[in-house]
Amino acid sequence: MTRSALLVLADGRFPAGGHAHSGGAEAAVKAGRVRDAASLEAFCRGRLHTAGLTAAGLAAGAALGLDLHELDAAADARTPSPALRAAARRLGRQLMRAARATWPGPGLDALAAAFPRGAHQPVVLGVTARAAGLGPEDAAHCAAYEAVGGPATATVRLLGLDPYRATAVLARLAPEMDEVAARATAAAREGVDALPAASAPLLDITAEQHAAWPVRLFAS
Amino acid sequence: MSLRATARIAAGADGSLPVLESDGPLALRRTRAAAPGWSRVTVVGAMSAPLGGDRLAIETEVRDGARLRVDSAAATLALPGRDPAPAAYDLRLRVGAAASLRWLPEQLVSAHGSHLRVRTAVELAPTARLVLREEQVLGRHGEPPGTLVSRLTVRRAGRPLLDQELAYGPGAPGGWDGGAVLAGHRATGQLLVVEPAYGEEPPAARPLGEHAVLTPLAGPAALVTAVAPDALALRRILDAALAELAPE
Amino acid sequence: MHLDHGHTHHGAISADARRPDGTRRALRVGLGGPVGSGKTATVAALCRALRDTLSLAVVTNDIYTREDAEFLLREAVLPPERIRAVETGACPHTAIRDDISANLEAVEELEDAVGPLDLILVESGGDNLTATFSRGLVDAQVFVIDVAGGDDIPRKGGPGVTTADLLVVNKTDLAPYVGSDLGRMARDAAEQRGELPVVFTSLRSEEGVGPVAAWVGERLAAWTAAPAPTA
Repeated sequence: MTRSALLVLADGRFPAGGHAHSGGAEAAVKAGRVRDAASLEAFCRGRLHTAGLTAAGLAAGAALGLDLHELDAAADARTPSPALRAAARRLGRQLMRAARATWPGPGLDALAAAFPRGAHQPVVLGVTARAAGLGPEDAAHCAAYEAVGGPATATVRLLGLDPYRATAVLARLAPEMDEVAARATAAAREGVDALPAASAPLLDITAEQHAAWPVRLFAS
Repeated sequence: MSLRATARIAAGADGSLPVLESDGPLALRRTRAAAPGWSRVTVVGAMSAPLGGDRLAIETEVRDGARLRVDSAAATLALPGRDPAPAAYDLRLRVGAAASLRWLPEQLVSAHGSHLRVRTAVELAPTARLVLREEQVLGRHGEPPGTLVSRLTVRRAGRPLLDQELAYGPGAPGGWDGGAVLAGHRATGQLLVVEPAYGEEPPAARPLGEHAVLTPLAGPAALVTAVAPDALALRRILDAALAELAPE
Repeated sequence: MHLDHGHTHHGAISADARRPDGTRRALRVGLGGPVGSGKTATVAALCRALRDTLSLAVVTNDIYTREDAEFLLREAVLPPERIRAVETGACPHTAIRDDISANLEAVEELEDAVGPLDLILVESGGDNLTATFSRGLVDAQVFVIDVAGGDDIPRKGGPGVTTADLLVVNKTDLAPYVGSDLGRMARDAAEQRGELPVVFTSLRSEEGVGPVAAWVGERLAAWTAAPAPTA
């Protein structure tokens, strides 16, 4: 494993489409549920322990080499919102494109061949981590970080929130990101049936509302 | 002294209930079904059971071609017990070929100081139908909630259809009351409708007011997810959805 | 699980000039430029000028997701299935330059959905003078400025003005009203751009987009004639 490969994969500048997704923050900002650093932190913490944990488990499972079709079906079952399923598959395709150009190899080729319409993003993330020589914990860390990094960046853009305060939110969440990654990886080692399924009602409810907005800045 | 109890129900295609076993606080009664061809079982009285350390379970089998409705006479109240260990409540539901289950219990109320883990595992045959309602109320009126972890796993033809875990209260991971999860709402619930005909024509996703949504799942099923300030408001949303999607 | 050891790169590498079946894909032309310079109007006029002879489609990147797409739909320049809108997360230049994956998805989906295309126009969201398209996304790019934005824009330069394959100076009909010196703009542009072409347009008339359409036609002829590169 190379620690630098993890930095390349986790970098917000990695061209895999994440910059156009707010992780539900755009809807939460509009509803007034995210309005400052404190409410951003509560939003991110909740997202980390729900959608983040679930994504981290799937990513760790894929990095461990669990059956990809079972993982993708598990991701579908954990994503009741069709808008979020579509976003996850689209981001999966976008990550696949970047990953195959960055770390070409048979694992990613096989995944692309098996899922021509795209697999869920965390599944692609796990296979990408493997292709980059990274392990399941690394994949889980990436997923956990993405779960909160996206909303934090989006909130800076949407609210003009002080970027230092937004980054401080992420830093305060770091120990919990580590916990989530460890928990997700331990579960993935038990197999697909043991993967976390933590969910967040408001993320599911607002995702469909957001998808129907005529004017929005973020894709989800 | 914590207790263990497992109640069992089996429904047959001829309207019979070949198994109807109450156990401890889980008292089952055969009640009068509203619709012809259906059997009905009501869990009565002692649903206010799960105390710290208790392990309760209900196993329900709806055999091929059978139609069963299960409901309860009152809300289930999770209470703190002398045993600091979490209470466990397991629901194992199997629905056979061309069989139907309507699982419509009253709310689960997580009282201050309680700690309950609920696990609902549903196995459906490919031609099975299911209507399942779950409602969680965080605390009795005006009190802070206990800790509640509720996992719902539905498999159809052996494949996962829906898998969700909700965790709230002081013992849950952080952020559960933030803007991503509950944002101060004190009641949340789901109505799941599994209908093989949705494979051809699933209902379209749409918001049900500001705090609820109807979503078609990746299989032939639709899920209503709702949050509300209280149990009454939640029930109004879910009742309207039930009347529209799966009237009795 | 099926393992493909061929390392095929169907859709994996952005600059691939071929479709998965080996045929040459559509020419992709980017249109960028500051807010209000007339990008969307240029795209609409190009569509009207070219739609009878070419199979074409449009991807829009407005900061407000669907506004440009809706303008094009309202103007009925193309059927809706030939127009896609890409969300840019409030950063239009990121979507056309730094992370082009959503735009690549959109152009490939358009070709999948409406069959082989000759030309795809990718319109950027209105941005500043530094925004240019990645060569991984487009084969050629047009930078649209207008006389009302100030006749010193060509002199200021910046990557869009300096390096775009075609510089369009739009709204020439307004020059007398805003006191812009078209001659000075042409001289400054030539100084900044060397041999790269500059055209002056006014879209008040139907023929106004003619010079841009002619340039696109030349690029398309060269694209079609070029041998498909061996990847």
